[in-house]
Amino acid sequence: MDFGFTTAAYVVAAILFILSLGGLSGQESAKRAVWYGIVGMALAVAATLIGPGAGYWPLSILLIAGGGAIGYQLATKVQMTQMPELVAAMHSLVGLAAVFVGLIAHFEIGRVMAMVAAGESTADLGTFAALIAKKDIVEINILRVELFLGVFIGAVTFTGSVIAYGKLAGKVSSAAEKLPGGHVLNIGAAAISLITLVWYFNTGGFVPLFLMMLAALFIGYHLIMGIGGADMPVVVSMLNSYSGWAAAAIGFSLGNDLLIVVGALVGSSGAILSYIMCKAMNRSFVSVILGGFGGPAGEQMAVEGEQIAIEADGVAAALNEADSVIIIPGYGMAVAQAQTGVAELVRKLRAKGKNVRFAIHPVAGRLPGHMNVLLAEAKVPYDIVMEMDEINDDFPNTDVAIVIGSNDIVNPAAQDDPNSPIAGMPVLECWKAKQVFVSKRGQGTGYSGIENPLFFKENTRMFYGDAKASLDKLLPMID
Amino acid sequence: MKIGTPKEVFEGERRVAMTPDSALQLQKLGHECLIESGAGEASGFNDEAYAEAGVDVVKTAAALWKAADVVAKVRAPDASEMKRLGEGQTLISFFSPVADEEKMKAAATKGATVVAMEMIPRISRAQKMDALSSMANIAGYRAVIEAGNNFGRFFTGQITAAGKVPPAKVLVVGAGVAGLAAIGTSTALGAITLAFDVRPEVAEQVESMGAQFVYLDFEEEQQDGAVTGGYASVSSPEFREAQLAKFRELAPEVDIVITTALIPNREAPEIWTADMVAAMKPGSVIVDLAAEKGGNCKQTVMDEKIVTENGVTIIGYTDFPSRMGAQASTLYATNIRHLMTDLTPAKDGVIVHNMEDDVIRGATIAHASEVTFPPPPPKVNAIAQQKNKPAPVKELTAEEKRAKELAAFKAQTKNQVILLGVGGILLLGVGLVAPASFMQHFIVFVLSVFIGFQVIWGVAHSLHTPLMAITNAISSIIILGALMQIGSGSVLVVLLAALSVFMCGINIFGGFLVTRRMLAMFQKS
Repeated sequence: MDFGFTTAAYVVAAILFILSLGGLSGQESAKRAVWYGIVGMALAVAATLIGPGAGYWPLSILLIAGGGAIGYQLATKVQMTQMPELVAAMHSLVGLAAVFVGLIAHFEIGRVMAMVAAGESTADLGTFAALIAKKDIVEINILRVELFLGVFIGAVTFTGSVIAYGKLAGKVSSAAEKLPGGHVLNIGAAAISLITLVWYFNTGGFVPLFLMMLAALFIGYHLIMGIGGADMPVVVSMLNSYSGWAAAAIGFSLGNDLLIVVGALVGSSGAILSYIMCKAMNRSFVSVILGGFGGPAGEQMAVEGEQIAIEADGVAAALNEADSVIIIPGYGMAVAQAQTGVAELVRKLRAKGKNVRFAIHPVAGRLPGHMNVLLAEAKVPYDIVMEMDEINDDFPNTDVAIVIGSNDIVNPAAQDDPNSPIAGMPVLECWKAKQVFVSKRGQGTGYSGIENPLFFKENTRMFYGDAKASLDKLLPMID
Repeated sequence: MKIGTPKEVFEGERRVAMTPDSALQLQKLGHECLIESGAGEASGFNDEAYAEAGVDVVKTAAALWKAADVVAKVRAPDASEMKRLGEGQTLISFFSPVADEEKMKAAATKGATVVAMEMIPRISRAQKMDALSSMANIAGYRAVIEAGNNFGRFFTGQITAAGKVPPAKVLVVGAGVAGLAAIGTSTALGAITLAFDVRPEVAEQVESMGAQFVYLDFEEEQQDGAVTGGYASVSSPEFREAQLAKFRELAPEVDIVITTALIPNREAPEIWTADMVAAMKPGSVIVDLAAEKGGNCKQTVMDEKIVTENGVTIIGYTDFPSRMGAQASTLYATNIRHLMTDLTPAKDGVIVHNMEDDVIRGATIAHASEVTFPPPPPKVNAIAQQKNKPAPVKELTAEEKRAKELAAFKAQTKNQVILLGVGGILLLGVGLVAPASFMQHFIVFVLSVFIGFQVIWGVAHSLHTPLMAITNAISSIIILGALMQIGSGSVLVVLLAALSVFMCGINIFGGFLVTRRMLAMFQKS
């Protein structure tokens, strides 16, 4: 087939991908945007199969179909609360694929170089192999650096995503853990990678590549193990970014522009998401990556007062009287699968003509936008789901604020206590509402282990118990 | 321990420090309760009700003082009661360590412990025992009721067949607990309520109760209420002048004035002067809740109701809580009960007088044969220190605005030019070293990153999860790399490529389907 056709198809696919990402600026256009992405992907795969794809057609299609069947199963079965795990698991697949493709490129280079050296005909080689055959030695060296990078980033993404998956699924302890030696180990592994790069650059052998792979796999594992559960939104979007850069690096080594374009798009998208998340937590990207909260700068403010508990009937009475209600969901709502209960409560309250809205902190949950997806699943209309900046000024005019399973994102210490580990982080100022109810399992501190003065405020009442069970008790009392 | 409550000996006092309800709660703490016969009569609790609640009804005060380990009462003890107070006995009552200094010393010499209810620190943990607040609440409510009793018109405006009635205008001065209670009652009755306080930070509370806050045209660095434990402090002469001028302006308009201005340990400030009284309409009413400390209006006569020459009624009662004996007793008894809960940490009827505890230490004025007043400052401030309020943003003139915008634009331009310059030089540097075939792809890469940055900023916050899922799906584009090489000669390469194709297949379908599933859920109301 003509090579020009493939390139043309690639251009169309690239444009479709850009439109697909750009379409996510609104809920309505997003539905169209997915189709752009699907068509773009189909076009790219088909064009590759027809064009430079090297044989084994039926096998390729069979494999894609097989993978597709599994993907379909996963996508339809997954609970919306498990979305973070799923995304992390999928990143690991991209990372592993990048490693494999990088290795393939390595073997191909070796094979073709040997053929050229032996003076064999290179006419009937595959596209990539043919491309290599034409390259001079400088270009081959650059190629090596590119595929080396691709394998490195891919390997880091792979183990990193596996650990992130484990942490999100609760299979690995979510606390920040480091092996003895801490970041020295990471630096050591990075140094090994650098040395092997020079080695590989000079010899082109498999051993340095393999050693680097092991080092990169270790970095991915150790880096993510050292990051606490509360920072997961940043980690997931960071891994998302890595998987993009891996694809771009592989694209360079294969000389495939579409791979480069898509890799760059995905990479920058993940980078921006990480940046947004970090900003929402008032932390620098570096401090998140280096893991854990730094020690507090001084004595933290002692929390004075007591947590006053309240039962369902008290909450119901307040809700029945309130005119305006703001609900602040957090990871606890996801854990308790309480989103449908929350949605039901909202429906009942709205049916009575009350102004009910949701306030979503950018880092609520374990994934950027996690809460929005859960609420959407429970059929909460998205136009009453507000961002922090949109709603923060409305709390003083609100009768009741309900905090369901969130903790740090409503912690007034971020504003009042300069020594708090989360000082300066933007928070939802729910304590300015006339009354605050906090639905919480027990008296313990949240994910980050920081005491929350909100729970001790005069206008705060603690509604202890599993979020779902609490809502089930509450719902019949709303009339 | 035996907790006993005698009948109040103060003339006209109707309150009682123990109710049948509070006695039941006290017994749950492991205490025994005693009451003097007839102590609750004036508040509507008869001896039978107490006996039913398991309280031992004792015939005489003398017998009660003798039997009880803890005596809980309302008013500070008089001379005869002081005589009955014995060694090791604990007395809980209102007890001013300043006005009753002699009694305090006498109690300490005797070896008795005295817990003064008005000394309970104002921290949130101690609110449940803050008897001053619960009594002030009643006083505020009752003040409005007394005013209404002496006011010849409706509070609320009405338009009836018999003509139109204008609403009454009520001014509440001092928005402490009593003031806020008065505001609440007055607005509930339908009057137009104005309120003033020297602490501007309470404006929000006033407005939340439905009254209008009276602002002064006066700028002064106000003292932070947190420093004084939430109480008002003395204001500057200039401020006072501005305040009086405002009141003079309001005097002819308002029908009812309720003054609650008190500064701790000082005589009540004069805020409603004689000329303001003179300016008021006949039939107007002034209720002076500060009468006990000399009154906010100098014409006030303590414990009496007078009518001035121009027909203004001035009420100077000091026994508002006692006038609502049943209510006041219930609240006061509950305050006492909470205090006892703190004094009996193990709930086993054993009193532990923990002098390390801020609340107990603060309220105890005599203990272990020593006068323990004044207490050390509590470890916790009653109210969090106010943050320094940001300086008011000055309104910029149009020119300043334009100049600012221009400066911002220039800075932005400079930033961009520098960034572009650095980026350009870096690119050139790469171009010098790298071969042309690399540069070709590199340009594509740089442009794509640029497009990515431009596009992703526009993505809605709520769609970040779908964005991750879709970027995940399209990053499976790496499948192309595998597809291009699957036909290669080596078995190893075919195997690796096949695995990659398979994994990418999972990802492509999984990613897109999940995204679609998520997006389909978003719906408008």
